[in-house]
Amino acid sequence: MKTSIIELKGLTKRYGSIHVVNHLNLNIHKGEIFGLLGPNGAGKTTTILMMLGLIEPTSGIAKVCGHNSISNPIAVKSKVGYMPDNVGFYDHMTGLENLIYIGELNGLSSKESEKEALKLMQVVGLDKYLNSKTATYSRGMKQRLGLADVLIKQPEVIIMDEPTLGIDPSGVKDFLKLIKTLSRKHGLTVLLSSHHLNQVQKICDRVGIFVKGKLLAQGNIEQLSEQLFSQTSHQISITLDEPVKLTQEEELKLLQLAKVEHIHKEGNQILISCNKILTPNIVRFMVEQNYNITSVHQKTYGLEDIYQKYFENQHLNV
Amino acid sequence: MAISYTDFSFSKSINKSVPIWVMVRKEISDHIRSWQFIILSLIIAFTFFESLYVAINNLSSAVSNTKDPDHLLVYLKLLTTTDGTLPPFHVFISFLGPLLGISLGFNAINSEQQNGTLIRVMAQPVYRDNLLLSKFISVTILISTMFLSLTLFMIGGGLLITGVPIEIEEVIRILSYIIICVFYVEFWFSLSIIFSIKFKQAATAAIASIGLWLFFTIFYNIIINIVSKVITPKSSLFSPGRYSWIETLFHMSPNQLYTDATTTLLMPKVRSLGPMSMEELAGAIPNSLPIRDSLLIVWPQVSGLISATIVCFALAYYFFMRKEIKC
Repeated sequence: MKTSIIELKGLTKRYGSIHVVNHLNLNIHKGEIFGLLGPNGAGKTTTILMMLGLIEPTSGIAKVCGHNSISNPIAVKSKVGYMPDNVGFYDHMTGLENLIYIGELNGLSSKESEKEALKLMQVVGLDKYLNSKTATYSRGMKQRLGLADVLIKQPEVIIMDEPTLGIDPSGVKDFLKLIKTLSRKHGLTVLLSSHHLNQVQKICDRVGIFVKGKLLAQGNIEQLSEQLFSQTSHQISITLDEPVKLTQEEELKLLQLAKVEHIHKEGNQILISCNKILTPNIVRFMVEQNYNITSVHQKTYGLEDIYQKYFENQHLNV
Repeated sequence: MAISYTDFSFSKSINKSVPIWVMVRKEISDHIRSWQFIILSLIIAFTFFESLYVAINNLSSAVSNTKDPDHLLVYLKLLTTTDGTLPPFHVFISFLGPLLGISLGFNAINSEQQNGTLIRVMAQPVYRDNLLLSKFISVTILISTMFLSLTLFMIGGGLLITGVPIEIEEVIRILSYIIICVFYVEFWFSLSIIFSIKFKQAATAAIASIGLWLFFTIFYNIIINIVSKVITPKSSLFSPGRYSWIETLFHMSPNQLYTDATTTLLMPKVRSLGPMSMEELAGAIPNSLPIRDSLLIVWPQVSGLISATIVCFALAYYFFMRKEIKC
């Protein structure tokens, strides 16, 4: 039994005749890391801001932690930590002061806030830069401070808009690791929006693909590829030690093997398409036929392919 | 099966009165550390001491001038006496006040939006209007502190130099003068806040506010002069000055409201702001007005200035509440 901490029902935002977000239904469970994946301008930020009650939806309901974000945004905002895509700080204040200010806005006394801020600066690894002005911070440091900023209110949900934007690869790795550890340790629900597939793939429990205001698919990577490639088949390529000479009879037998759809011969290689994973059966069959197999490769679809497929379709529609 | 999160109850409550004062405190510390406020308050302090110096030098002649009905109100004299080389302090403020207000407000909202701090603060459990309100409250506190400390300094200095005790009437007049100054600066502050909400670039907002200020100080009178000359017949019998609605229009600009109000308050001998007929002047004894009458004369000006400030602030409020936070 899973608890939904974010529930979106028929959420719609229209600017004039343009549907930025179109009847979005989404449930995010407590404690999971959900990746909202989509190209620029897909409506990810608008959706997030509607969850926070900062943009009023045209229709539909957004419920976060059981509170309606439209009628009770303050309650939602006290439980949700939001990190915008280009996180900004008061440049003339030090990192610590920025953090203390946000802590105080969340109802902590200045002493509690300072204690909490010092602790968090250590957690995100900025304890050496406590008293430097945020104007001198690098992009990666600002991102870390942003994370501390989100954590100081002791949220139940963390929403991050493009958290990896503009950080170098090793920085991204560290940052995502930090998010994952924190989420697991404190049971936090994390919603990430991104257009960086591989990063999201690494840490997300589930992803949703969001294009032009519509959620096209959701689930974990395997489910997504199943949803997406159910009509397209799996591909198995088998390499033999000699040029392939399949007899008509053998080919027929192969095709009869459950659901093999297509066989393609090319030099030493046989490419077999089927709509189920049949690799063991095919290999057994080939061995029984006395073929010497040097390699078998089963092509699996990663997020990259999934993403590519959706966005290609999208472009075709345009 | 998924169950709704509504099934759980939360005991954590938020203290709603706290954030706005946290924000006010932060705004004040921001302003005090900002260069624009330091520079302008230095200029204002400088002109204040300059005019005070001139006033002290000419105080003996002003006080001994028995033709002047209010020559014995020493502290009002300190604020208004000049030898003609420099304008008195309240005239200085009529054009430094707008600059101060504009400098405090022209980047209030748009710089926060540009830096991305606006959305970060909005994502905290605070009401959206608290941000605007905190800016307004902090500026009110700053300006009133500044004017109050300057005038208190003047009163203290005057007490040391002249040894004359201050009269209750003078206290009331000076306090009302400070209130008008604060509202005058705040009018320009709220006007520039409107521009800072409407324009994304701080520079555009600054130029727009300064443009409006220039319009009211220079062009407003010129335009009304031209229009009244065109409308009224050219005859010595109908001089433009005699049309009361033209006079009223002249007195509508915020600078004029301020100047009229402060002049009447600081110079008790001023008995009317509009033209007076011979009949009205005939029986008048050249005497200074009691504070109640002075206040009655400036009441339209004071309420006009205050309502203009409130209207501007309400507009700023309206625009800000409807603004898309997303940049």
